[in-house]
Amino acid sequence: MLNASILTWLTLLPALGAVVVLLLPRRGRAPQIFSLLLTLFLFVLALHLPAHFNYHQQQGFQYELNVPWISNPAIHYHVGVDGLSMWLVVLVSFLAPLGVLISWRAIEDRKSEFYALLLLQQTAMYGVFIALDLLVYYAFWELSIVPLALLIGMYGRKNGRRAAIQFFLYAFIPSALMLVGMLWLYAQTGTFDLVRLQQQLHGWSTGAHATGLWFTSLAFLLAFAVKVPVFPLHGWLRDGIGEAPTAVAMILAGKLGLYSLLRWHVALFPTEAAHVAPLMVALGAIGILYGAMLALVQTDLKRLAAYATLSAVSFVVLGIYAFTTASMDGAAYQILNESISASAFFMLLGILYERYGTYDMAQLGGIAAKLPRLAVLFVITTLALIGLPALNNFVGEFLILSGSFQTHARITAVATLGVIFAAAYMLWMVQRVFYGAPSEHVMALARPDVNWRERAAIWPTIVLMVAMGVASMYWMHAIDLTVPNMAPNTAATHTGIYVWVASTR
Amino acid sequence: MIPMTTITTSAIPVSPALRILPEILLTVTGVLVMLIESVLAPNTSRKPLGVMAILGTLAALAASLYQLQLPAGTAFFGTVQSDAFSVFFHLVIGGIVLVTLLVSLDYFEGHTSYVGEYYALILFGAVGMMLMTSSVELLMVFISLEISSISTYILAGYRKRSATSPEASIKYFLLGSFATAFFLYGIALCFGATGSTNIYDIAKGVASGASPLLLTVAFGMMLIGIGFKVSLAPFHVWTPDVYEGAPAPVVGLMSTAPKAAAFAVLLRIAYGAYGTMTHVWMPLIWMLAVLSMTIGNLGALTQHNVKRMLAYSSIAHAGYLLVAFTALAPMGIAAASFYTAAYAAMNVGAFAIISYLSGYDEARTNLGDYAGIARRHPMAAAALAVFLISLIGIPFTAGFFGKFYVFTAAINSGNAWLAILGLLNSGVAAFYYLRLLGQMYMLPQEAGLAPDTIRARPSFVLGVAILVIAVFALGIFPNSALRLARAGAATFNVQHRIAAAAFPVARFER
Repeated sequence: MLNASILTWLTLLPALGAVVVLLLPRRGRAPQIFSLLLTLFLFVLALHLPAHFNYHQQQGFQYELNVPWISNPAIHYHVGVDGLSMWLVVLVSFLAPLGVLISWRAIEDRKSEFYALLLLQQTAMYGVFIALDLLVYYAFWELSIVPLALLIGMYGRKNGRRAAIQFFLYAFIPSALMLVGMLWLYAQTGTFDLVRLQQQLHGWSTGAHATGLWFTSLAFLLAFAVKVPVFPLHGWLRDGIGEAPTAVAMILAGKLGLYSLLRWHVALFPTEAAHVAPLMVALGAIGILYGAMLALVQTDLKRLAAYATLSAVSFVVLGIYAFTTASMDGAAYQILNESISASAFFMLLGILYERYGTYDMAQLGGIAAKLPRLAVLFVITTLALIGLPALNNFVGEFLILSGSFQTHARITAVATLGVIFAAAYMLWMVQRVFYGAPSEHVMALARPDVNWRERAAIWPTIVLMVAMGVASMYWMHAIDLTVPNMAPNTAATHTGIYVWVASTR
Repeated sequence: MIPMTTITTSAIPVSPALRILPEILLTVTGVLVMLIESVLAPNTSRKPLGVMAILGTLAALAASLYQLQLPAGTAFFGTVQSDAFSVFFHLVIGGIVLVTLLVSLDYFEGHTSYVGEYYALILFGAVGMMLMTSSVELLMVFISLEISSISTYILAGYRKRSATSPEASIKYFLLGSFATAFFLYGIALCFGATGSTNIYDIAKGVASGASPLLLTVAFGMMLIGIGFKVSLAPFHVWTPDVYEGAPAPVVGLMSTAPKAAAFAVLLRIAYGAYGTMTHVWMPLIWMLAVLSMTIGNLGALTQHNVKRMLAYSSIAHAGYLLVAFTALAPMGIAAASFYTAAYAAMNVGAFAIISYLSGYDEARTNLGDYAGIARRHPMAAAALAVFLISLIGIPFTAGFFGKFYVFTAAINSGNAWLAILGLLNSGVAAFYYLRLLGQMYMLPQEAGLAPDTIRARPSFVLGVAILVIAVFALGIFPNSALRLARAGAATFNVQHRIAAAAFPVARFER
């Protein structure tokens, strides 16, 4: 019973919760408490997925539900998860209560609206990850833009409105082109269903529809690449993340677009994806270095985080389009890692901002002496982000680079420099903000160290960083079942290095 | 409700009066409202008249639904036809009128003493619009077009004490009469080419291939007349001025209902009468669609007055709707019909909220006046946000499926470029809708504003609630509306059968 409907419940409940939040009394902590309880409940519910997942089923989807929604054009409410999307659903559920906790005090003005939009965003993200009908997917994909833009605009730091409109247009206009592609696909095949589309499109790349298919795949790719973002489409990222409140910055970039690249570009248009793969690999490598270099020269912590994010998601792009088993597994795994580590980083930045009211590194300094606990959490997160072995990002980055080295040795060699840059800008940042003599601004303000609520938000991510670093097989099992099959060339083999990494864990 | 899809020539007699039952009900209500208005004491509230008008509209809506049970067919010497197509548009127009009456029940309170006529004019306008959608005789179309136009000319000038409102009325009247003259000329040329003004007889004439040049010119003339009514570029210049000056609830009405009716007429002429000359009119429509979308959206970008912005946006939406005309018959008709319903729900809603926030004095028409309004009027702002998001075309709202069906139809008939242009246009459009959204939600309110005295009356809340529900219902469960639209489109398939079936007189006798 639950197996068929659990995904629907997960998707529906946050949206209903959003309505409830708006009806709750605005004074006091009612919106926070309700949102926290709801998101915790959803997390527990989501844990049902890995617990009852069939780890031996290689093909197809699980927890599937397929009912007709609109008769003509034939749109089905078709949802389900595989090894990739299951973990992403759990990831969304995991981050949501943390987002509520970290916004507990940061958002005081118009907080009912804030939590309602946050919950609506959760619905949209679930929908994107579970939809197996192209139109249902698109509906949630478009829906996800609205709460994000509103949240950036309403709760932004200084220029929220501008950043919000910029983000919306960046996301919306390519999606409009994608809609044309979708409608073309439907006109040719008569179906929006992912599985049936995959079957029907088989062999079309050389047939009469080759040109149309090619343009359609490019329209899809553009829409996803903007959302990731892939260099050079990252124009919205700096202001978007720079302005976004912490809970929004945590979910703004990365997973929606990266997942869509895998599911709706690589797996749907394998031949076309193989054609653009060299370009995407190159853009991934450029993004890694470009983001890292820009991060080096930032003085604003939030902007540094934005460019670090660009660098991190570019690793995943590189891994996806290298099309080896190791790189794709690593990329899928890195989507989870990147989200968790970056979320921890954004939360810590938010905590810092609540204390000192600035993201300007020039005004900060020597905080470690005053807030030692915060410093420890910060350093652990930094180490995870720069890919220290035994922490989560290492596994993902290592698999990506070792996998892509087989097919794109030179580009990978250059991209690997990004790891060094990352260590440089992150450690330099920690040194400037936390060590050395306390700055005047920090001296002037006596601020408490992290409290129980903030610890409750950060510690789960730290635990996961370690767990995902040392016991990656637990997650990799389901991912490895699914993701390598998406590659155009299914002959991709497990490499010696991959086997070695797997055996050492 | 079982929408019929075939035209039966069974022997069951249908009284001709039943074919125009909604129009009769509205006319009777309108006349009663006029009569009672004259016997009411000068300073008493006119609200009971409004309630009466609402009840009359509800009766007309019920009568339209009843018409679904009748077999489709013509009456009054083949001038009027009731079928699923006409019922669909009757429901759209009736719904718009109902909501307009609900939201303007308190609009004029205390400002003018001619409120009774206001209700009556809306009802008479509705009679004309409804009759347009069921006419299959071009002269009948012309008469009903005049009935609806004259009402809206007067309604546009209803804020008598302001300078802009009468100006709007005069502009609308002068250009409108000019445009109807074009339409009439088109009818005359059609008659010259085919010897008839009946849609089905014209269809026969068109199919016979006689005098194609004359028929093309005739179509062009009629297209100009209708293009003016639905504010297609380049016949759109009146729109921003008139929308700016006319009272906001009236703008909500006149930007949707007469347009729905005019599009119904255009559908009947294009697919019905000129069904075999698609190669001639499709390029025309193609060009007008691109022009309207582009000029509308680019024009809206530079506007600072919200009503003018929405005026340009309505030009763009007329362009989107026209995209459906480039599709093959049943699909294009269904898509266009659905779009009129979706557009009506969101646009009437937007103007209703503007009329609520601005009041009779139009206190808030500039973009800047909406800064931070979400804090002062959270519910009104939320409703306006829903309508704007629907106008942008975000999924789960009516606007999304409206665009979806229109562009699906276009792509299915091989007009991928038009779809790309249209959807890129909707990206441009997102900007100016977002700018208003941003003003409402993302700016602090201006300091030192006097507290507002406006408050929402139950009738207004009911009207807006109907629209919000309609926006979401059409966006999440579009099935039933779409089924009716398709049933309406299907009546076009069998048109030639009717034309061949019998002479009008024979049908009248049944």
